[in-house]
Amino acid sequence: MDSQSSYNDKVVRQFAIMTVVWGVVGMLVGLIIAAQLIWPALNFDLPYLSYGRLRPLHTNAVIFAFGGSALFATAYYVVQRTCHVRLAFDRLAAFTFWGWQLVIVLAAITLPLGITQSKEYAELEWPIDLLIAVVWVGYAIVFLGTIAKRRVKHIYVANWFYAAFIITVAVLHIFNNLVIPVSLTKSYPIYSGIVDGMMQWWYGHNAVGFFLTAGFLGMMYYYVPKQAGRPVYSYRLSVVHFWALIAIYMWAGPHHLHYTSLPNWAQSIGMVFSLILLAPSWGGMINGIMTLSGAWHKLRTDPILKFMIVSLSFYGMSTFEGPMMSIKTVNALSHYTDWTIGHVHSGALGWVAMMTIGAMYNMIPRLFNKESMYSTKLIDVHFWTSTIGVVLYAVSMWISGITQGLMWRALNDDGTLTYSFIESLKFTYPYYGIRLLGGLVFFSGMLVMVYNVWKTVAATKPQPVPVIQPA
Amino acid sequence: MDIGIFRGVITATLFLLFIGIWAWSWSRKRRDDFQRAANVPLEDDSKPPSHEPNKEQSQ
Repeated sequence: MDSQSSYNDKVVRQFAIMTVVWGVVGMLVGLIIAAQLIWPALNFDLPYLSYGRLRPLHTNAVIFAFGGSALFATAYYVVQRTCHVRLAFDRLAAFTFWGWQLVIVLAAITLPLGITQSKEYAELEWPIDLLIAVVWVGYAIVFLGTIAKRRVKHIYVANWFYAAFIITVAVLHIFNNLVIPVSLTKSYPIYSGIVDGMMQWWYGHNAVGFFLTAGFLGMMYYYVPKQAGRPVYSYRLSVVHFWALIAIYMWAGPHHLHYTSLPNWAQSIGMVFSLILLAPSWGGMINGIMTLSGAWHKLRTDPILKFMIVSLSFYGMSTFEGPMMSIKTVNALSHYTDWTIGHVHSGALGWVAMMTIGAMYNMIPRLFNKESMYSTKLIDVHFWTSTIGVVLYAVSMWISGITQGLMWRALNDDGTLTYSFIESLKFTYPYYGIRLLGGLVFFSGMLVMVYNVWKTVAATKPQPVPVIQPA
Repeated sequence: MDIGIFRGVITATLFLLFIGIWAWSWSRKRRDDFQRAANVPLEDDSKPPSHEPNKEQSQ
């Protein structure tokens, strides 16, 4: 078979397998730091294992290694299928794989060593940032190059979401990481004071909005219809909510800086845009869930579809919770408490991870010329561990977070604080235990996935899949 | 131009753009194209043969 007549699935396979691997690694680090919050001695008095160094390792691993690999894998898979053409630039695509893995390995080395820019989700120092920028531009060239040589006129909506995610993340990454290097491992941002804060949360919130939302909506718009065997519920809704989502997300960042030295009007803008965001977010959720109309019965037998629908439900829930928490008076209670951690994880585990897992179970057998995953029963087991794990996590953090907020603000008649900080810390202990249990349950499902994937792909020799002719 | 007027014009323009996108995607002319587009994920069949009888099988 001529190489242009088959899909480039090798790079997709590589990224798909690494998605599972980094998922396990990243969540394991999460378990360790969750346990450290209960038993601080677990850092063994080593700086490399201290909470402050492992926490960015956890966030980088789950967002950029696990989520990132999933986005690379699915974007490359989807763009080829929906453009009816082989991926552009084989060698550049291979470079994006090895380059991205190198970034992850460098992160795993430098973060425990304490080498950091101290910007949340942008901790990696400038040499690694440069490598990320190069890999990311390569990703954009491969992805957009494939769209450019498509054999159908229409660009499918999933590709719009993926393209928006790729282009915006490039812009965010480059501008938030403008620094003056003073050595190989140390740099200072060109921004100072509140301008640095504003840049950081313009980056930080759009990392959520584009990396963890637009990219995964692209995933949703291919794999949900595919798995359900049903067309997209409302294609025109997908067009409207796409433009609304990407236009509005850009302005929501200031809600991370309520009651700081950021000018009040900027805080208000962040709050208002966050509230408006509910509409395009729910547009995506409704469109995804309604794609099942006429196929609801499949939910009884198909655990992959269950992953996707529960994922969309968590998306709907956390995109309701987010705008609510961005309201200043609610934020006065919720900010700096565990409520935020619970909110992030219902989005990250509930929406992002469960959609990823569903997409992987859909795609991995196809990539390895198998009829289906080794065991559908084990997918069902994984589904229940994931669902129970997220629920335990989110509920324990709600209770812990809201109580923290109430205790911290409680005043006696004479204006003194009712509770000392240590009293609020003592209260949270049992809930940290439940959170660790939730994480363990979720993680155990990932181990089931590893076994299932291993049994599916081991000892198979994947065959090239021919490019399908446009209809 | 006064900065207030400038901001007002931008807001109005973006609002009209939004209405325009809405009108464009709901227009009757787009119906068939969008119908086809909505089926795009289903046309590729590098899927493993489904066990459900109502789906076509890949070769």
